[in-house]
Amino acid sequence: MPCVVVNVMPKPEILDPQGKAVTGALERLGFAGLSVRQGKRFEIEVDGEVTPEKLEQIEQAAEQLLANTVIESFEVVTD
Amino acid sequence: MARIGVVTFPGSLDDHDALRAVQLSGAEAVPLWHGSDSIDGVDAIILPGGFSYGDYLRCGAIAKFSPVMDTVIAAANKGMPVLGICNGFQLLCEAHLLDGAMIRNADQHFICRDQRLRVETIDTVWTCDFRPGDQITIVLKNGEGNYQADPETLRRLEGNDQVVFRYLSNPNGSANDIAGITNTRGNVVGLMPHPEHNVEYLTSPSLDGKPFFSSVLNFLSARV
Repeated sequence: MPCVVVNVMPKPEILDPQGKAVTGALERLGFAGLSVRQGKRFEIEVDGEVTPEKLEQIEQAAEQLLANTVIESFEVVTD
Repeated sequence: MARIGVVTFPGSLDDHDALRAVQLSGAEAVPLWHGSDSIDGVDAIILPGGFSYGDYLRCGAIAKFSPVMDTVIAAANKGMPVLGICNGFQLLCEAHLLDGAMIRNADQHFICRDQRLRVETIDTVWTCDFRPGDQITIVLKNGEGNYQADPETLRRLEGNDQVVFRYLSNPNGSANDIAGITNTRGNVVGLMPHPEHNVEYLTSPSLDGKPFFSSVLNFLSARV
């Protein structure tokens, strides 16, 4: 079945405490100069074909639930 | 007698504490169920603390779509007093009844402590019994209480007197030390600390939570 991916990231101006914690942990492990921001990846299996209508639905789903657009932005990626 | 509803979601933790605080304040405590779209004709609503839906996806993100929330949102937009405590505050932000959003505490720790707050405005139905500038102690217990909003929203909240409580000694990195805010109308208030845990001597470090409940009762009794 076809799969659509929604990537959700904190908006650039939003502080990302988890990303900072991961960055610090990487440094302690010896990985210098890597700055991490942490987001979420949703893999959505679609019944049937991925039509423009389906993509529109997924955009709405992302807007309404998968992302909090106050603090996060998202992108919808098709294979 | 005034009737104040407290909604239980799957994973709500402090609903019974909120019901008890309502009862101790002299109002009738009405349990409300997330799966029902009825609010049983109550006069005010509390969205309690806890971990609704396990905080899955984001705190309060899934609870926002409960049948009861459609009714709560409609009632809030008509002026019903609504108090969101901790997870309830997160839920009010997700439901866009309040501005901004909560993210993970800045130092990554779950903070559980008696938190000093300053009351910034008494121009809400839940804080009219305080005096501006009152310093109070209210229990704080959360891992995602870091209030964030874009600069324009923060400016508007500050300028409009919509910041209700500020942390004295910010525990979680919240923008502008904001611990609680209100909507433009002053009937919907959300805060991260737990006033329901500050209403009786046996279990509370202070009784500073009592004015939350007396405020709304005074507001309700003054209504025509």
